[in-house]
Amino acid sequence: MTFFVVIYWIVAVGFLVWSVFNPYFSVYVMPFLVGVVLLLFFSIVKYWRWMSSFDKLQRAIIRKNIWSWRFLPAIWEAIRESLLHWRITKKNILLGYMHRSLAFGWFLLIVVGAVQAKMAFPDGHPIWMAIFFNYFEPEVDLSAFAQAEFFANLMDVLLLYVLTGLMLAMFKKVWSRPLGMKRTTRHTLMDRVAKLSLWCIFPLRLLSESVTAGINGNGGFLVTWLGGVFDSIGLANPAFEYTCWLLYSVALGVFFSLMPFSRYMHIFTEVFLIYFRQLGVRDSDKKTGYTMFELSACSRCGICIDGCPMNRQLGIVNMQGVYMLQSVRNLELQRNAEPIAENCLMCDRCVADCPVNLDLSLIRRQVRIKNKAAIDTKDGYGYLRDVQPFNAIGRVAYFGGCMSHLTPDITSSMETIFNAVGQKYWYMDRDETICCGRPLLQQGFEHQAFELRRKNTELIANSKATMLITSCPICYQSFKKEYRLPIPVLHHTEYIDMLIKSGRLKLRKDDRRVTYHDPCELGRGCGIYDEPRDILRATTTLLKTAEEREKSLCCGFNLGNPLLDLDQQTLIRNAARDNLMAPHPDTIATACPMCKKAFAHADNVPVKDIAEIVAENIVKN
Amino acid sequence: MKQFGFTISSGRSINLDDTNFEKVDKLLELVPSYKWCIGCGGCTATCSAGGFSDFNIRRIHTAFIRGQYSELDKKLRQCMLCGKCLLVCPRGVNTRALIVNMRRILANVETNTFKAKEVVQ
Repeated sequence: MTFFVVIYWIVAVGFLVWSVFNPYFSVYVMPFLVGVVLLLFFSIVKYWRWMSSFDKLQRAIIRKNIWSWRFLPAIWEAIRESLLHWRITKKNILLGYMHRSLAFGWFLLIVVGAVQAKMAFPDGHPIWMAIFFNYFEPEVDLSAFAQAEFFANLMDVLLLYVLTGLMLAMFKKVWSRPLGMKRTTRHTLMDRVAKLSLWCIFPLRLLSESVTAGINGNGGFLVTWLGGVFDSIGLANPAFEYTCWLLYSVALGVFFSLMPFSRYMHIFTEVFLIYFRQLGVRDSDKKTGYTMFELSACSRCGICIDGCPMNRQLGIVNMQGVYMLQSVRNLELQRNAEPIAENCLMCDRCVADCPVNLDLSLIRRQVRIKNKAAIDTKDGYGYLRDVQPFNAIGRVAYFGGCMSHLTPDITSSMETIFNAVGQKYWYMDRDETICCGRPLLQQGFEHQAFELRRKNTELIANSKATMLITSCPICYQSFKKEYRLPIPVLHHTEYIDMLIKSGRLKLRKDDRRVTYHDPCELGRGCGIYDEPRDILRATTTLLKTAEEREKSLCCGFNLGNPLLDLDQQTLIRNAARDNLMAPHPDTIATACPMCKKAFAHADNVPVKDIAEIVAENIVKN
Repeated sequence: MKQFGFTISSGRSINLDDTNFEKVDKLLELVPSYKWCIGCGGCTATCSAGGFSDFNIRRIHTAFIRGQYSELDKKLRQCMLCGKCLLVCPRGVNTRALIVNMRRILANVETNTFKAKEVVQ
């Protein structure tokens, strides 16, 4: 590392000195060059440090996949997201246009500018020529450059494209609603200064090129016209021209040197993140180099704020993904990191909304794990040693989950369904449940959760059951993602859907009109959206709600947030209920005992689990 | 002689003058909803861990507010944080936060007082 730093600065200073003696050098270029040298230095140092702190598993995955075809989808995703901003465009067309014009527009300005410089100076030119082309252009003979006029006009069109995006960005600062954002992020001072310098770059470029056009008559349609205006008011003089170009260069230099320490680090980091993610790297329970890439890939756009139920129903706007990452990133905010990380429902709404696809809940869990390290002990569950495995050869295992014991209608309906299709089953927690461990893990007790996972894995594996079916989405996500079970794991909606589609279970259609509530853990957590809806369509009339699937609202009674009190949970619940009640259903259907409990007290409309609705409508053969 | 069950719990006398309630105050500050507890024992009746062991959350938190902290930390480790008690509680006590915060206070972990309602903007 020290070696690299020494070599880098020798080369960099050498380059700067060489630049001064270049025939196309002018003093105002220096701020830009210094900015580039600093940007390169800090980017390389940061990326190097992060890449060398990947953990063992992540390294192994990279080593395994680095020479595979996976770089192709990575390139495609990088173009789609980093340049064209597809996911943001899907959220709001104007917002997408704004980001695309700044990112893709600037990218094209640089690329086309480089081509233009290459063609105008076939014998070679210094690197800043693409940036400051119009200033140096009058010095060269362009008679051999046939497309000179076309390129000049094209560059003007591109600059106009970027400027329209910039105007939208300024408009958004005043009134963000038309761009699909109710709230925007409160930025740190560093981010604000960087943003100011970014906003200065393009108007200054237009100004400088126009003044040069006013003096020399070069450039495309836009700057020639503006140059005429400047000429008529007497501003087209070399002193003013030089000042403009100097300011433009300073704006670039300031932006570049602040970039590694501000939100604009996301521009390059997102490309790296996309590549690692396509290789198959995922975050672990500890903060690793990959986490650092995620922290920097966050563009602080604040899209996570609007959807968050904590903001919408409780008006709490200091704990959303963007602020949580900020508290992890900034050392001076670390004392707030604990309450910010704790105060979250873990409903994953922000994960679904995030245009960079950051795994915000996992990073939040890392902070929680760090907070709980002192009290996370694994010696508490000695009493589970006596629980004996059951011989369940030829049966499916059914795991109701803790919460299903409080909603016995769900488990008895499942037993009815098992009996109706003649499926032998082992109700593994009929009397007492060993928790799946996810509630503990969500709160950051990783070792305790591991102990419970070990016991449950031992019980399930030794039972020789053929399949594990669970009624609780929390357990389902845990069994599916955190356990390594040798048998398939199904949520009961998946299982019932399979029974219906294979013809083993026949249902009659009743005249109920039903709305379906997507449980967070089942929908956004595991991507099960269609199976419950298929079942409901087969037995009832399913109504659409305003916010469903990825956008479904949390019921508020989940186990993610230990800080909310009952009143606050009720407010969140009421919003979700109002969404479900809007189409005036006869029954509210859900697929989670916790959500069922949450809505059960809320209204005079019955709240039923899908298993109950199915059990009521079984046609006996 | 008939025992009438009075020997299930051994007799204890608590001298409130000798007890330091600093920890209790801290707990009530962190989990204000605990003030609503009526000691009905619903949490204990439904407890998943209680089904396998002698884990008795009502007894533990009662001992805690009385200032009898011995062995509590060890007992609290048996909790699986499954949250059934939370749904059962008729008074809306945040039982999971109660358990986690009792553990933190007993382990002398620096706790950052933070209430979701009073957010510093």
